Amino acid sequence: MSKQINVALIGNPNTGKTSVFNALTGLNQKVGNYPGITVEKKEGICKLPRGLKAHIIDLPGTYSLNASSLDENVVIELLLNKNDKDYPDVAVVVSDVENLKRNLLLFTQIKDLEIPTILVINMSDRMEYKGISIDIPYLEAQLKTKIALISTRKNKGINDLKELITKYKELPAEPCLDASVIDETYFNNLRKVFPNQLLYKLWLVITQDVNFGKTDRATYDKVEDFKTKSKADLKRLQQKETIKRYQFINETLKKGQTIDLKSAKDLRIKLDRILTHKVWGYVIFAAILLLIFQAIYDWSSIPMDFIDGAFASLSEWTKNTLPEGAFTNLLAEGIISGLGGVVIFIPQIAFLFLFISILEESGYMSRVVFLMDRIMRRFGLSGKSVVPLISGTACAIPAIMATRNIESWKERLITILVTPFTTCAARLPVYLIIIALIIPEGRFLGVISYQALTLMLLYLLGFGTAVGSAWILNKVLKMKSKTFFVVEMPNYKLPLLKNVALTVLEKTKAFVFGAGKIILALSIVLWFLASYGPGDNFNNAETIVTKQYASKNLNEEELEQKIASHKLEHSFIGIAGHALEPVIRPLGYDWKIGIAIVSSFAAREVFVGTLATIYSVGSDEEETIKNRMAGEINPILGGPLFNFASGISLLLFYAFAMQCMSTLAIVKRETNSWKWPIYQLVIMSGFAYIAALIAFQVLK
Amino acid sequence: MTLAELKRGQQGIITDVSSIHIPLKLLEMGCLPGNSVKLVQVAPFADPMYLNINGTHLAIRKETANHITIETIDE
Repeated sequence: MSKQINVALIGNPNTGKTSVFNALTGLNQKVGNYPGITVEKKEGICKLPRGLKAHIIDLPGTYSLNASSLDENVVIELLLNKNDKDYPDVAVVVSDVENLKRNLLLFTQIKDLEIPTILVINMSDRMEYKGISIDIPYLEAQLKTKIALISTRKNKGINDLKELITKYKELPAEPCLDASVIDETYFNNLRKVFPNQLLYKLWLVITQDVNFGKTDRATYDKVEDFKTKSKADLKRLQQKETIKRYQFINETLKKGQTIDLKSAKDLRIKLDRILTHKVWGYVIFAAILLLIFQAIYDWSSIPMDFIDGAFASLSEWTKNTLPEGAFTNLLAEGIISGLGGVVIFIPQIAFLFLFISILEESGYMSRVVFLMDRIMRRFGLSGKSVVPLISGTACAIPAIMATRNIESWKERLITILVTPFTTCAARLPVYLIIIALIIPEGRFLGVISYQALTLMLLYLLGFGTAVGSAWILNKVLKMKSKTFFVVEMPNYKLPLLKNVALTVLEKTKAFVFGAGKIILALSIVLWFLASYGPGDNFNNAETIVTKQYASKNLNEEELEQKIASHKLEHSFIGIAGHALEPVIRPLGYDWKIGIAIVSSFAAREVFVGTLATIYSVGSDEEETIKNRMAGEINPILGGPLFNFASGISLLLFYAFAMQCMSTLAIVKRETNSWKWPIYQLVIMSGFAYIAALIAFQVLK
Repeated sequence: MTLAELKRGQQGIITDVSSIHIPLKLLEMGCLPGNSVKLVQVAPFADPMYLNINGTHLAIRKETANHITIETIDE
């Protein structure tokens, strides 16, 4: 049996830590969550020489071991808890050759914890370009470590790193500087009371509230006595510590690294001059957004039409091939139709994640934060709220988690509350199908299709509502909180294909499987409710309908359709839908749409799947969802059910309503109270109802 | 003078950082007495400020920059 060791990847944000992780693990990785919290946990397996295996864990990026967010806290909890099953046998600190000075701060802290450590200096391909040269043996001696100079972009040095990990037992584990000199009496005292404990560990416990596992807590209980120093004093000491570390680092790098500024080229300055320009910066940002929407609408329509058709044929084929019976019907009408409703929007989600991951990877997202901060502040948001608002176009759940780096609690809370207004991927299938039904084809000025333009307007409506409600919340919420704002402006980088592809693959997979489970379950339930019903009206449908139309001389096919729709109306779901109808009729919907809306409160994308399931029950022909919807007639007003008025009304309802249980759960978790998600549910959905009502009544 | 008064392209050395008003995170990114600072770019209304501090590029708001004292250096 081969031996397995734990390796932790640690580093500042923007050092290419994830690229190193991808290079080591390839496709042998999985993404989950840390137990009890919503911080993403990435782990993978890497095969090393001589039959050794490494379990690699990619820890959240952090600038130091002084945690200020939940994500950063994960790093410290792991490094301080020797009993954790993931406690590293070796820590790999990833740094970027252009930001070595800053990256080394975290490195020196980790060295103080006496964990065997390897320093990875990434992006070595940039050295020549930037005129940087490094004295590796000198740095290895000063920093008391082994260094792997690598380039994930050029795929260089990865094997050297693997070799170093394999020989982890030979790595030095002693600190490279003595931080206790910042207050010798204090630290000597500490050492006396806890002779068996690592001094730096104690210091970290004192300066921050780390939630230790219960077993470990007891050892540190007496530490409470050492908080005798006031908070301000402790903060001053932390500041002294940071200065001390930087002195050491600056000193070390003065000899270990030379930068020839004359031979350094700087693309950053040239790009920044345009991309953060006070006019062009915004023009370019708007153009990029437009491109994204055009891609989602236009480019993905081809695979989508194909998927739609394929599922319709599959359902038809199943019906014709398998023996007749309840199971075949469940499979063909419930499960396949329901699944088609999920699979159909894979192309769009993939496109969205593709663009978002390119924007993040290239370093452009930070420029957007910089450009937008001043504007967003007017609405009580932060420039950093732009990232959640943009990722909200994929899914509100990761977007709400992305608010964690907003320093001010008020700005963060407002961002969390308004993010669900942005048009998430789950609204997309609803929008697309309704737009296809009510907006004519053709192109505005011959370039942008009207349908894409409508979609763009819906996205703008989402952003506008988010920002507008932020403005109101900013006025209404009475809370004082300090507003700090620090954002790193990383170097521009050409996104690595491998990283982008893995992100798109992983996010799409998570989304589809997550949503798929709900949709599949609901489809089955809906199918049962639509296929069975109580009482005479349902069970004797054939006799009733035949009698009713006896004088009308219908042919067999017409009669069968009448029976099917009679059955559906008197099934369980029909009865529930009819009960609901008085509430939604003023919005222009019939009971079928009502059922779809109600089931959408589990997750919005269920809408299309539900309609697909309801409409396919009892219909024999091979038809796509869209054609079935286009053929629906409004029972009261006559004419197509999905006309301009009811279509716009539905679009507005979906734009504003809070219809996602997972988002509510995340908001509860992130705000630590039920108050905020309940406000969101009631206010957003109420607003949606009123907006849809007005739209239909005005347009009809 | 304070960092907030720095002009675009101008350079300075940080002399003092008001520890009550400045988050530790900013210090960790190199915003410490003795380190150099250069104003790279400003957003419209001169806020936020895009700085190069000790080789690190970052952006902070003007209200934060008000709490950092610097001395300018001529090139």
